[in-house]
Amino acid sequence: MTNPVLDINNLVVSVGKKPGGAKIIDGISIQVRERETLCLVGESGSGKSVTSLTTMGLLPKGTLVPTSGSVKLVGEELLTATDRRLRQLRATQMAMIFQEPMTALNPVVPVGRQIDEVLRAHTKLDARARKKRILDMMEQVRLPQVERIFASYPHRLSGGQRQRIMIAMALVLEPKLLIADEPTTALDVTTQKQILTLIRDLQRDHGTAVLFITHDMGVVAEIADRVAVMRQGRLVETGPLETVLRNPTMEYTRNLLASVPSLVPRPPREESREPVVLEANDLSKVYKERAFFGKGREVVAADKVTLTLRKGRTLGIVGESGSGKSTVARCIVRLIDPTSGGVRLAGREISDISRRLLQPHRQKIQIVFQDPYRSLNPRVTVGESIAEGPINYGTSHADAMKRARELLELVGLPADAVSRYPHQFSGGQRQRIAIARALALDPDVLVADEAVSALDVSVQAQVLELLDEIQKRLGIAILFITHDLRVAAQICDEVVVMQHGRVVEQGPAAEVLTHPKEAYTKALLDAAPGRDWDFANFRPVAEGVGATL
Amino acid sequence: MLGYLIRRVLAAVPVMGVVALFVFLLLRLTPGDPAAILAGDNATPERLERIRESLGLNEPLIVQFITWVNKLLHGDLGTSLISNLPVMKMIGQRVEPSISIALCTIILAVIVAVPLGVIAAWKHGTWIDRFVMGLSVLGFSVPVFVVGYVLIEVFAIDLRLVPVQGFRSIFNGFGPFFERMILPTCALSFIYIALIARMTRAAMLDVLGEDYVRTARAKGINEVAVMMRHALRNAAVPVITVIGTGFALLISGVVVTESVFNIPGIGRLTVDAVLARDYPVIQAMILLTSLIYVVVNLLIDVAYTLLDPRIRY
Repeated sequence: MTNPVLDINNLVVSVGKKPGGAKIIDGISIQVRERETLCLVGESGSGKSVTSLTTMGLLPKGTLVPTSGSVKLVGEELLTATDRRLRQLRATQMAMIFQEPMTALNPVVPVGRQIDEVLRAHTKLDARARKKRILDMMEQVRLPQVERIFASYPHRLSGGQRQRIMIAMALVLEPKLLIADEPTTALDVTTQKQILTLIRDLQRDHGTAVLFITHDMGVVAEIADRVAVMRQGRLVETGPLETVLRNPTMEYTRNLLASVPSLVPRPPREESREPVVLEANDLSKVYKERAFFGKGREVVAADKVTLTLRKGRTLGIVGESGSGKSTVARCIVRLIDPTSGGVRLAGREISDISRRLLQPHRQKIQIVFQDPYRSLNPRVTVGESIAEGPINYGTSHADAMKRARELLELVGLPADAVSRYPHQFSGGQRQRIAIARALALDPDVLVADEAVSALDVSVQAQVLELLDEIQKRLGIAILFITHDLRVAAQICDEVVVMQHGRVVEQGPAAEVLTHPKEAYTKALLDAAPGRDWDFANFRPVAEGVGATL
Repeated sequence: MLGYLIRRVLAAVPVMGVVALFVFLLLRLTPGDPAAILAGDNATPERLERIRESLGLNEPLIVQFITWVNKLLHGDLGTSLISNLPVMKMIGQRVEPSISIALCTIILAVIVAVPLGVIAAWKHGTWIDRFVMGLSVLGFSVPVFVVGYVLIEVFAIDLRLVPVQGFRSIFNGFGPFFERMILPTCALSFIYIALIARMTRAAMLDVLGEDYVRTARAKGINEVAVMMRHALRNAAVPVITVIGTGFALLISGVVVTESVFNIPGIGRLTVDAVLARDYPVIQAMILLTSLIYVVVNLLIDVAYTLLDPRIRY
């Protein structure tokens, strides 16, 4: 066996320089060899990113400090290396790509020059040789029209193209080790698939060792040779991909895998005869950019979207970013005004009535947003946040607070949480609070706009279960907006697939997600990472089908 | 870019129009007879009539306005009531000292303050940072005349290195101009150094937390390049704003400094005119100040588009 390219041994990273500081990383040991991809998996706060930043020597100075253990790159100790030596090693021996391609590139420098900087810092090539090498690398990451993109600023490029630039920048000097920290998390599934394939291919061509950090089991199944599972700064389990997915030895790994929602839709529920509570007819939203002189630009964000939702049912709107799914949700709730078309809520047309007349109808439709860290007012207690809606509709303060306590218990939080502030809760708990807030007005329709996308899988599973339970108890209708087909498969009765503001396909979830008719839906399903694995049952999907036949 | 410039200049026209209207109405709509206001307390009836005549106060308001704007466009700002000199000429004599002192001050302030701010942000939380911020508090709190008199006492009176006060045109030789410029520039730049350094530090601290700064470090380039090429350019927009408005403030009046160093600038002209109720001069000064702000804002916006390719209008 070859020597490991990266050898992390018993690494401990603590808060602050003083001994006795809390340990963020507590004695982890991992190795990555040439041509091998090691996936470092774990939920938020498990220490995956700190491990990678420690390796690169990029930890924020003074706040996080490696206190013991060793990190060796091709046999060279990194923890004791000087700043100067670390700078020499970066990009030449080890390189890193990051999660957010939107913010990882300098917005005021053309991307070609940003790659050029690497060559100028580490090589003695002249300008022409450098440019030739950069264009060559840009072609290797399969960017089109490399000359044009070379001179472009980052904001002119798509997320996928920016991530390709990051990869080109990381690999231009053929480093031995590539650290990829959630490199596809911010990308759409189809782009994600392309980037994963690209990393695989480049690794094969250059023999790079890859330390791939992700929270997404689907991505793990696509790219890993070996898997290391982390939790709260400790290594839980490590082993070859097949072994970990088929026979996880640790309880935590089993639970983590069991929480991954299956792409196979849940068994369809009986067709509903309940009344329709929400209808959108030919709903359109056009954004006009007004120019000071001359003609403005028009962007059609939603184009004649028609959908119906019955009491007690869940309708999913799925699509990639920019498909118009959130625009539709916001038009339906009238957070923004639709340009044309109608919205009927409980039999009443609400798309064109004035804000003042709309007020009594608002309580019938409530929304839960994506980011639980930003959707609750940090200076207001949880109880007041929940009670605010009912108070606006004339409930007395005492009654509203009593209701808030009941609702908190309904969403699985202690009733005495009313007097606490949002920062005292975790992300999953905050999303429960946001759901309780939405339910406080007894709405007919609950709109969940990517409501579980920011949560870890285990928490995600719990929140989905909660929504399901609430629906059964209260008979509420849910409009569920998501980019994640796995989530859609587990919670929706019907789905609407959107692309470029238009509805591409709609129908029962079990039908659309197993036998898609449209090419775009097929492409989406094809791109879903790890679609061959049935994680919760620890086997490939194909074997599962064989077993049930 | 050129199209943008033309559009911006065109957009400035209505702004100046509104200012002109305001300045025009300032005199006409003040309670009482404008001629009486202009003439002062001891005016004879003949003098009042002459003023009415010269200002065309007997005409309808709209005709007066058109005549006034027409004169304005031909460079006729009227005649001072005190000195009887054309206002245009009075301002013309005062512009050079004011612009000289404003330019020197802003250049010195930027040269000193931007590096200070960058270093403070880079060494955030260390004694260097605290030292720079301490200096900045001092710069804000010591009044400019105190700094001015201390500088005069030490460098002009005790050490006799430079003249005590006064102004010489740069067209009469650089040496005399420069030696009279040093002290007022230093005194005045104190507060601007404090302001710009603080602004630069704050903007840099924001930017240093950005992902692309981490990317730059991950490339293995040295810290100077990280600071200058990646951080400072992105931090430049708020800093440029402060520099621009600071410059406009400087041109339109630094009365105290002009008084301490006996420099015949615009600031003192304005104060003298206000005290003497020399309306034509006051009107001209309001117009000039507005024009300076409009031009400076235009330059700031152009600078934005040069610094940040995402900003397009």
